[in-house]
Amino acid sequence: MRRSLPIVSTLIVLLAASYFLIPLYATFQFSLQMVRGQWSFEAYRSVFNSDVFAATVTFSTIASLAAILVGVLIVVPTAYWVRLRLPRWRPVVEFVSLMPLIIPPVVLVFGYVRLFGSTSYLPLTLSNAGTNTLLVAGYVVLSLPYMYRAVDNGMAAIDIKTLTEAAEILGASRFRTIAAVIFPNVRSAIVSGAFLSFSISFGEFVIASLLNRPAFGPYLVQIGQDRAYEPAALAIMSFALIWACMVLMQLFAARKPGGRILPRLIRPSARSVTP
Amino acid sequence: MSFLRIEGVKKSFGGNTVVRGFDLSVEKGEFISFLGPSGCGKTTMLRMVAGFETPTAGTISIDGQDVTAQPPNRRRIGMVFQAYALFPNMSVADNVAFGLKIAGMPAAQIRERVAEMLTLIGLRHLADRYPYQLSGGQQQRVALARALAPSPRVLLLDEPLSALDAKIRVSLREEIRALQRKLGITTIFVTHDQEEALSMSDRIVVMNEGRADQIGTPFEIYNRPKTRFVASFVGNLSLLEGEGTGDARAILAGDEVILPFPARGRVILGLRPEAASLQASADRTNQLTGRIDEVNFLGSLVRLRVAVAGAGVLVDMFNNPGNPPPGRGDIVTIHFAPADVQVLEHTPPELAIAAE
Ligand SMILES: Nc1ncnc2c1ncn2[C@@H]1O[C@H](COP(=O)(O)OP(=O)(O)O)[C@@H](O)[C@H]1O
Ligand SMILES: [Mg+2]
Repeated sequence: MRRSLPIVSTLIVLLAASYFLIPLYATFQFSLQMVRGQWSFEAYRSVFNSDVFAATVTFSTIASLAAILVGVLIVVPTAYWVRLRLPRWRPVVEFVSLMPLIIPPVVLVFGYVRLFGSTSYLPLTLSNAGTNTLLVAGYVVLSLPYMYRAVDNGMAAIDIKTLTEAAEILGASRFRTIAAVIFPNVRSAIVSGAFLSFSISFGEFVIASLLNRPAFGPYLVQIGQDRAYEPAALAIMSFALIWACMVLMQLFAARKPGGRILPRLIRPSARSVTP
Repeated sequence: MSFLRIEGVKKSFGGNTVVRGFDLSVEKGEFISFLGPSGCGKTTMLRMVAGFETPTAGTISIDGQDVTAQPPNRRRIGMVFQAYALFPNMSVADNVAFGLKIAGMPAAQIRERVAEMLTLIGLRHLADRYPYQLSGGQQQRVALARALAPSPRVLLLDEPLSALDAKIRVSLREEIRALQRKLGITTIFVTHDQEEALSMSDRIVVMNEGRADQIGTPFEIYNRPKTRFVASFVGNLSLLEGEGTGDARAILAGDEVILPFPARGRVILGLRPEAASLQASADRTNQLTGRIDEVNFLGSLVRLRVAVAGAGVLVDMFNNPGNPPPGRGDIVTIHFAPADVQVLEHTPPELAIAAE
């Protein structure tokens, strides 16, 4: 009985993996078949040669990074303050942070259009900059659940209250405490939240499309309608990007204080602790 | 004018009063302990001195300056926390340098001061380590150096040793005391461990339910406890109940005991184990006889518990290799001097008469 268990679980893992890996492999194989009768990276070359591809990738990267920055600036002080001073409000804040998972992006974006449309006091949708602002705001909202979770978990791992008091009694102002003590200690949590945010907003379709922004998501959909092989190549590249994000996230999460920015894969032998 | 003054301080959380009518004057360079059971308000009182809590009533002043409403980062106080609270993202040297950087000290001077502090705590070779690479005792020493580096006016320690194991606890407490003497820094040390408080302090504040029950030197606290709480919390004390006769005598279950002063009515008598002896002497004029319930061999001491007058009386005798202690069940006579009897609850005879 005990010996049969690993076999069963291995089978389950293989089955689940094949569910995921077989379509991925099929897509990959298809993406290599652009030139009839031979394997080639022609589809990838075609994608990279397109100006629209470069423009949308740049646009989406900037928009996603802006969303991460704004998200961090909102989430870190909020999570910190809630843990420090309003612990009773934590469930409420957590619930609010989960709202974007319940409310569809379509509803969100229609709300934006109504609130900031041409007839409103703040007609953001009339200018490019205004619409871009709305797009970033939308991305911030979409990634809020992941960002808040990641940062809040990071704060749970250190004793926020005592560290804050230790910094304060040494003369630090509130701002200095956050910048020099709290922020560096939740940095790896912020970074994992940031990678998650990035992977969500980079290929996002609904908000970008309804706001008519030249982002990567709408481009992906457009290509899917117009071409045959390039979408497969794009899908594989998106996968690679997301996976790279995940790997980086893991590396950052495992970083020890004083270690390098990117941890070595082979650790030097651990220093011994003398009493 | 004393250096640190706490006057009429009271603290309530909602309807729950945690510190009541607390008064204390601390001289410059003095080492004060707050001693009391868990939950009696020691930490709360300390946090009010630090500025993390605001008193509901009363004032706190340092060096003649009223700091009651001052935020903690303006008070120039050093604090050591029970859980070390070192900054995990900074090396030992950076932890110690933190307060100096905030004070705006030039980098070269900071380096010098950090080296000086690390030498003082004997951890100079670990300057580049991170907190997670240190043992508990080392971390707490770094926390001490970090608190002392900016030359604070007052040092506060909240049970700094209670997370450490016994051996390090004893050596570190000696180290803390030596450092405190050397720097001459005014210190408040919170502990629930009476041995710590007795061995380290210039004066002890024994706290009970948010009140300072007694403030005095370790010698006074131990030998002349003012309340029954202090007597039972500090050191071992055998309690005996009796009836005062009004003329410096009490009757305990038929036996007569001579008291240091007259008392009338119900009295509670306390006796330290080291004041009781199985040997008679000129001043040990009191005697009680009973059966030995328990014999505890403690090394240099042997502690007996003798059943007398419906209670257990502890008797300490020195270990003597040539003379084994009596055994369980033996009948022995305890001798003690009237001057060693502590009369804890009594009505002075004149009041008793007035009440009748
Ligand atoms: N922030 C707070 N809110 C409500 N009650 C508190 C707070 N801090 C302490 N208390 C209460 O005050 C009492 C004394 O606590 P404390 O000062 O920590 O005692 P000690 O340090 O002597 O063990 C405890 O009953 C505790 O529950
Ligand atoms: Mg406490």
